[in-house]
Amino acid sequence: MTTTLSPATSAGTTRGPSRYRHVQQGVRERLAPYGYVAPFFVLFLIFGLFPLLFTFYVALFDWDLIGERHFVGLDNFSELVHDPRFWGALRNTFSIWVLSTVPQLLIALGLAHVLNHVRLRAATLFRMSVLVPYVTSVAATTIVFAQLFDRDYGMLNWFLELLGFPHVDFTASVWGSHVMIALMIAWRWTGYNTLLYLASLQTVSRDLFEAAAMDGANSWQQFRHITIPSLRPIIVFTVVTSTIFGLQTFTEPLLVNPVGGLTCGAARQCQTLTLFLYEQAFGRFHFGYGAAVAVALFVMVVIVAAINYLLVTRIRSERP
Amino acid sequence: MNPASPTTGRAPRRRRSANRVPITVYVALGAMVFFSVFPLYWMFVVATTDSATATSLPPHVLPGGNFLHLANLVFETVPFVQALVNSVIISTTIGVGQAVLCALAGFAFAKLQFPGRNTLFLIVVLTMTVPAQLAIIPQYLIMSQLDWVDTLQAVIVPGLVTAFGIFWMRQHMVGTLNDELMHAARVDGATTWQIFWRIAFPLVRPAAFVLGLFGFVNAWNDFLWPFIVLKSPEQYTAQIAIKALQNNRDIDLGLAMSGSFLATLPLLVLFVFVGRRLVQGIMEGAFKG
Repeated sequence: MTTTLSPATSAGTTRGPSRYRHVQQGVRERLAPYGYVAPFFVLFLIFGLFPLLFTFYVALFDWDLIGERHFVGLDNFSELVHDPRFWGALRNTFSIWVLSTVPQLLIALGLAHVLNHVRLRAATLFRMSVLVPYVTSVAATTIVFAQLFDRDYGMLNWFLELLGFPHVDFTASVWGSHVMIALMIAWRWTGYNTLLYLASLQTVSRDLFEAAAMDGANSWQQFRHITIPSLRPIIVFTVVTSTIFGLQTFTEPLLVNPVGGLTCGAARQCQTLTLFLYEQAFGRFHFGYGAAVAVALFVMVVIVAAINYLLVTRIRSERP
Repeated sequence: MNPASPTTGRAPRRRRSANRVPITVYVALGAMVFFSVFPLYWMFVVATTDSATATSLPPHVLPGGNFLHLANLVFETVPFVQALVNSVIISTTIGVGQAVLCALAGFAFAKLQFPGRNTLFLIVVLTMTVPAQLAIIPQYLIMSQLDWVDTLQAVIVPGLVTAFGIFWMRQHMVGTLNDELMHAARVDGATTWQIFWRIAFPLVRPAAFVLGLFGFVNAWNDFLWPFIVLKSPEQYTAQIAIKALQNNRDIDLGLAMSGSFLATLPLLVLFVFVGRRLVQGIMEGAFKG
């Protein structure tokens, strides 16, 4: 450390030619902060902001792969509004989101409550094991779950058969495919959310739980009257995050049904909005129409963010 | 780790019974561990058995001896070793890039005075809410203008620095680097860069490491964007190679499963060593988020 610092020190004390260097260094020092934040802003402008704005522009064109394009105004949007494939994808996205978010967050709440037990042994091991699904890729997860849910050879159908039920073709039906995809998403994110809730719970005073226990409150009552209320802000945060991730669901429906192609089955039974976007833009090379889907998604994200903002400000104002 | 066991605890008599962990808690946690790990175990089982056994009912629940055969089949079908190498290159560059570049920007926002600082930081925070995926069409057009389609840098460069990372590193800079130390270094003639690299960065290295780990894991598992820009099998990441294996399922039903297992194994090994840090990282993030 000292060796690299000393040249600068000696440069400052010598006279003559170093004076120019001194001025130069002063300018450099003043510009340094901009240089440090520049990588983010350069990359953000090129790969973030510009493409986002350009999406709105592309959506106004009939634009194909080789760059052939015709200005069509809002035609893509009016087509989109009357496109049953778009509404179907919206329905699928919403249904998968609800089916994955609700059980995921409820289980995460319960697990966080349990993991917060003072005298729990092997706590680190339990915390690590809930996170295993998070480091497993979506692609690998989907391949395994598709196998477990397979109509003919899947373990789940084997269980159903044991119990006397007929085999279910999960990928073929709307509900079956939605439940299956929702389960993959829930499997992946439950542990992550559990840790978020647990972290938030640990900021709640232990005395509160102990006092409640002394007063005879059982575990459920503590959960209902202490855990839930103190986690309200983080619950809002996780719902919002899961919504924004939910709108981007893509890999599961693409891989879950290998014969289904880009539509997740002949009836588009599990095609999500992002998969529909991909199909239009990169499967059929309708860049303009795909961009219109992206704009619709953007509007949804903005609505979610606005609702989030309202909820958060309300929670803050409730607390003195 | 947990010295006070339920029976020898130093807590007063009354509290002891209230604090004892009921057996149902361990049953619930046991179920949780089972459901978390079982799909991975099952992946291993199918990746080591031949198609006939893997598809037989009732299911065989023990691994077989067919792993090498299936792994060979994977390597013959797609350049899977190359795909793993590509994944390592992409994930490592992104992980290291995020750790350093986010720390650098976080340092500037936390500790340096410059005109426009607050406005620029506000922009960073605002960009966190907009998912980059929405802009994939123009992003693809830009990549083809740059002639980057089907190259690894198309995946690496956009991921080198993130708004969240800057936010996270700034918090850590505020908390760990004290102003007197910085002032003392300045008096000694240190340049801003030297202060960052010799003093600030070493202080926040644990936080930067966790950030880099998350960058690595996310880059390793990323699917949509690599799927769009990487076209030829030699450029595939491990995840895209899994998709290619799935398209070849007529060769062997277990092919995609073996590929998934091979693509997941490196992360599981990594997880054994750094899982604890990832857990801490998520839990710390919650305090700040």
